[in-house]
Amino acid sequence: MRREIPLLITFIVGMALLVAIFIPAEPFPELDSEFSVWFDIIAVFAFFLGAGNLIAVHTDKITRNHQDKFFSMVTLFGFLFTLVVGVFKVGGAPGLQGNYIAEGTWFKLIYDSVFTPLSSTMFSLLAFFVASASYRAFRAKTREATILLVAAFIILVGRTPLGYYLTFWLPEPLQFLHIPTLSAWILSFPNLAGQRAIMIGIALGIISTSLKLILGVERSYLGHEK
Amino acid sequence: MTFAQTFTYWVGGLLTLMIFSFLYKDNPFYKFAEHLFVGVSAAYWMTVAFWSTMVPNMVGAIYPPSMGWFAENQAEAATLMAASSKWWRILPMILGLMMLTRLVPKAAWLSRWPMAFIIGFSAGTNLTRYLQSDFIAQIRSTLIPLLVFDKQGFNLGGSFSNTLLVIGVLSSLIYFFFSKEHKGWFGGTARIGIWVLMVAFGAAFGYTVMARISLLIGRMTFLGNWVGSVF
Repeated sequence: MRREIPLLITFIVGMALLVAIFIPAEPFPELDSEFSVWFDIIAVFAFFLGAGNLIAVHTDKITRNHQDKFFSMVTLFGFLFTLVVGVFKVGGAPGLQGNYIAEGTWFKLIYDSVFTPLSSTMFSLLAFFVASASYRAFRAKTREATILLVAAFIILVGRTPLGYYLTFWLPEPLQFLHIPTLSAWILSFPNLAGQRAIMIGIALGIISTSLKLILGVERSYLGHEK
Repeated sequence: MTFAQTFTYWVGGLLTLMIFSFLYKDNPFYKFAEHLFVGVSAAYWMTVAFWSTMVPNMVGAIYPPSMGWFAENQAEAATLMAASSKWWRILPMILGLMMLTRLVPKAAWLSRWPMAFIIGFSAGTNLTRYLQSDFIAQIRSTLIPLLVFDKQGFNLGGSFSNTLLVIGVLSSLIYFFFSKEHKGWFGGTARIGIWVLMVAFGAAFGYTVMARISLLIGRMTFLGNWVGSVF
């Protein structure tokens, strides 16, 4: 029962969505959107599970007097404060009415002053690491590395004013070498060819994995316990 | 300048500098900002999920009168409260609660049921979606004329581009075919496939670098505005 019922659920849900494609009669078309809502609701509970884990891990660090316990306190404080402020709509309309992220709410203030600066700075930090990693990796030692480097360079320069000013003087017969034009051509043809092959490969992988999951051939998601 | 704007500039500016301090080396300021980011972002996404999914699609759907407490205004409350109950939304709620049994080792096996639903839904939707949009549609888009003719007659540039596209897709697919050894004409075609893939990776890399640099410019502009607001 511990393994058979989950397999049955996967089979029924997966098959119902497949049947909905071939039989556009009630209740199948409705089933797709309804299951999508169910998926979202279960995902919210998965968030709660993640929150439970976050609290457990950091509380454990604090109680064990770990050397990073101060930072665990920061995480827990940030988490609980933001959660309370967001769920109770602190600073917003009276009671629980109004939009949780409306102007004037504390949640909006945290979003603007903490969440947005931290997330965008974290990602912008990658610009430095990408630059240093590419310096080490892209020394054009092989033909393949040279092709990658040249394509990246043309795309980068072609999307900036520099690309235009470098080659705008080219005569009409050589306009296809104008860097912005070349950049657009690379994106539309050789790049598209590579992307398309990758997409077809990924699609084949997903289709076969999905079939194996629905038919119960692939069962690793159930774990090894009986 | 309002209190909220001043607060945003100072807190956001200091946190931005704390993150950038990692470029020197790992330090307590960076760790502080990093740990704060983990806590705040987890709570942010939980709050968004709670108010945008759980309240309207579960609580409000099962018991519509409850929307009177949460609606954004009275008019919206009246509309939502008048809706008929979708009592069957209790089922995903039960499945969701079963997901939480992972926190109790003895009852953790119950979490397989919601996991099975998630897997079944993802498999069922992805199978048809990828079959239609990423497999059939991409093959269909590759079946294009190799010789292009327009109003002026034969179009050499268009013919070259289309031929390159078709050969590029075929050779890249051959590169991914590992059931036959990459030797002879097969190996040569696979080699062309690698070059095409390298161009695609180069383009993807170029775009990634541009996205990161534009974010960096955004942060620098923010810091400039912060300093400008002080003086």
